[in-house]
Amino acid sequence: MSTLEEKIDEAKNLSMQIVKDSEEDRLMTLSVGPQHPGSGHFRFVIKIDGDYIVYVDPDPGYVHRGHEKMCEYRNFFQNIPHLERPVIHDSCNITYSYSLAIEDLIGITVPRRGQFIRAIASELNRLVYTEYWLAIYGIFLGHSTMFMWPAGDRELIIDLLERLTGHRVTHAFNIPGGVRNDMPYNFKEKCLTQVNYFEKRLKEYEHIFYNNPLLRQRTEGVGILSKEDAIKLGVTGSVLRASGVPYDIRKVEPYDVYDEIDFNVQYMKTCDSFARAYVPYLDMIESCHIIRQLLDKIPESGDVREKLLSNVKGPPGESFKRIESGRGALSYHIVSDGTSRAYRVKMSVGSFRNLLALPFLLVGSKLGDMPPIYWSLNYWPVEADR
Amino acid sequence: MGSITPDFRFGNFAGSIVQLVLVVVALLTVLILPIIFFTLFFVPLPVVNGQVLTPYLFFSMMVDPSRTLPIIKFLIHTDYFRAAVFPGFGFSALIAAATIFIERKLLAKMQLRIGPLYAGKIEGIFQLVADGLKLIAKEIIVPSGADKPIFWLAPILFVSTSAAVVSLIPVASGWVVANVNVGLIAIFGILGFFPLITLLFSWASNSKYPFIGGLRALHQMIAFEIPFFLSALPAVILSGSLNLSDIARSQNIFWNIFVMPINAFVFYISSLAELERIPFDLPEAESEIVAGWLTETSGMIFGLIQLGSYLKLYALSALFVILFLGGWYGPQIFPHELIPGASASNISLLKIFGLVGLYNAVTVNSIFWFMVKTFVIILLMLITRGINPRIRIDILLHTGWYKLIVLTFINLFIVLTLIYGGILGPGGMISPK
Repeated sequence: MSTLEEKIDEAKNLSMQIVKDSEEDRLMTLSVGPQHPGSGHFRFVIKIDGDYIVYVDPDPGYVHRGHEKMCEYRNFFQNIPHLERPVIHDSCNITYSYSLAIEDLIGITVPRRGQFIRAIASELNRLVYTEYWLAIYGIFLGHSTMFMWPAGDRELIIDLLERLTGHRVTHAFNIPGGVRNDMPYNFKEKCLTQVNYFEKRLKEYEHIFYNNPLLRQRTEGVGILSKEDAIKLGVTGSVLRASGVPYDIRKVEPYDVYDEIDFNVQYMKTCDSFARAYVPYLDMIESCHIIRQLLDKIPESGDVREKLLSNVKGPPGESFKRIESGRGALSYHIVSDGTSRAYRVKMSVGSFRNLLALPFLLVGSKLGDMPPIYWSLNYWPVEADR
Repeated sequence: MGSITPDFRFGNFAGSIVQLVLVVVALLTVLILPIIFFTLFFVPLPVVNGQVLTPYLFFSMMVDPSRTLPIIKFLIHTDYFRAAVFPGFGFSALIAAATIFIERKLLAKMQLRIGPLYAGKIEGIFQLVADGLKLIAKEIIVPSGADKPIFWLAPILFVSTSAAVVSLIPVASGWVVANVNVGLIAIFGILGFFPLITLLFSWASNSKYPFIGGLRALHQMIAFEIPFFLSALPAVILSGSLNLSDIARSQNIFWNIFVMPINAFVFYISSLAELERIPFDLPEAESEIVAGWLTETSGMIFGLIQLGSYLKLYALSALFVILFLGGWYGPQIFPHELIPGASASNISLLKIFGLVGLYNAVTVNSIFWFMVKTFVIILLMLITRGINPRIRIDILLHTGWYKLIVLTFINLFIVLTLIYGGILGPGGMISPK
């Protein structure tokens, strides 16, 4: 037996349910999923009210391969080829911090020439990654020339890396103890000419892309991530620097030879999608300066690698090292129990941190702003899934 | 960058063409000519030069070159020829094909690529044929829950509506399929059907992304149709006619673009929006809504819609030429006789092929200049695809309503001032003959 008040409550609930349903009906749920040309190996479910996005649910994990677990079944050297799979375009950087952490654990130092070659490979790989990222940023905005130009100019640097490491994309070049090979004959001169030409090409990107008024209209003032929000959300890399925080691991915690190099941390204070697209471009120019300095300062001869046993055992303990990759801070935490295999390996990647800003920025923006905001976050789905 | 494939041999290429020709000739003699011969007995035949065109007469005309001339002249002046071949569908479809090829090669050069290379051996000239065959061979997938009649009908409607626009375009004096006195209004009226077809098709697809694309197409039309009409208005005021041929004829002294450059610019921008080309390709924005209203198209449905949009590109470029660039007028570069000094009594090669009687220097010259101007405008429309990103829908609406309409009015007032000052227009100081 229900009282009158209960009946009134029931009716109220029902009417509220109807109102809720009709509000839900106004919304359209879109799965910007793994099959969507604007997503990558990644899905986010969005709800739109007219042209405005009201709800975002990122759903990563489509390419989770368990690299951290795989590290526990292989010795320290066998880990190298599979650890660079998450970001094959930035493979020298993702193995860099791993090698640093292992060296820290075992307690060895890399020969000086090896440190320089590592830094050169790392900077060249940063160029390759950023070019690839920029190409996709261009095509996401419908600019097909900006897709083809960086994808073509990337070949210049890939040729250099092929000469240096023997592979085009996945190099497996950084290993615990140094680098695999010394620089080939005539590499220094070749590298200088290629990088100088590359810098000239970079200037043309400004004319065709960054100074285009239609691009400015579309990206300026879009997806604003303020300085405080950026620090609170914990984003790293170019996204953090575009929000006005001059934070670069190469400057804050210099590793290997970076304390001898003179370079600026590029950052912008506009905090919008355009800034996040422009800071990696400035980073590329800065990388060219760094490569020139490294080639200038590299010792003429010497070892490039500290020889280690193939199943080298670390002492029981922990080590933590981080570097600045193309997407931000990339760190490894390695726990060893004294055997030739790691007890636990934890990768902390920049992509996953930057993903946290995606729902924050997309809610309230227009559907047309989705590609410039999403891709400006410098998010690489495969790396985030690991 | 190589332009010819490495294993290319001219001998093989020529040999294959000769073989093809032989096959065609054999088919013609064995199959097609007898079929024509038999059908002609049962078809009521037209009167040419006072004689009923019997099959006997037809074949004797084919054998005797001097008698071929009347039949060709007769055919050229039929309405069917105009609609199907020369200023109509066949001609514009050829131009559309050329446009697609030029676009692919031009864009490739801009982006440091090579573009189509292998099909057709030389610069990939047969790429379009290969693509067409591929599209015909592909399965047409109709989504479940789609509104089937509209889904099948929309691509055909799209092409036929584009062809309807083309049929109103004169390419030379008197060379037009439909010479309508309200030609300009008719063109704008037909263009208004496109968003309707888009919306119907996107609704019939029963899918979310096509639906958003269809709505965007509707917004785009609302934003750009008013400046599009207004930018053509001063040309009507200057010529005092809505007939496109008359508008072109009124520019035999000076081109309209000299008195209304702002309107020409507005017309160009609005055409890009109408054609859904790259700064304004919001209804097909790939990274936002997959392929927009074309998401569910497959096979020849996609092919027909592409054909329709390139026909539209030709039609709007030609309309730009007629409204602003003086139509078919240009310096006379073709001689009045094909071979100067060859009198009619001389038996020349040209007379044998019947070309002497068909050659009209003024018409040929008109068509030549019209095509040159049209291709310049087509190139201008293609180039934007290489240098611009897509814009957002609110910027699009803002541009259409706030900026372009004001610009058209400014130019309209300039033209009106010149007319009331007695300088331009009918009866003015500089008036067309």
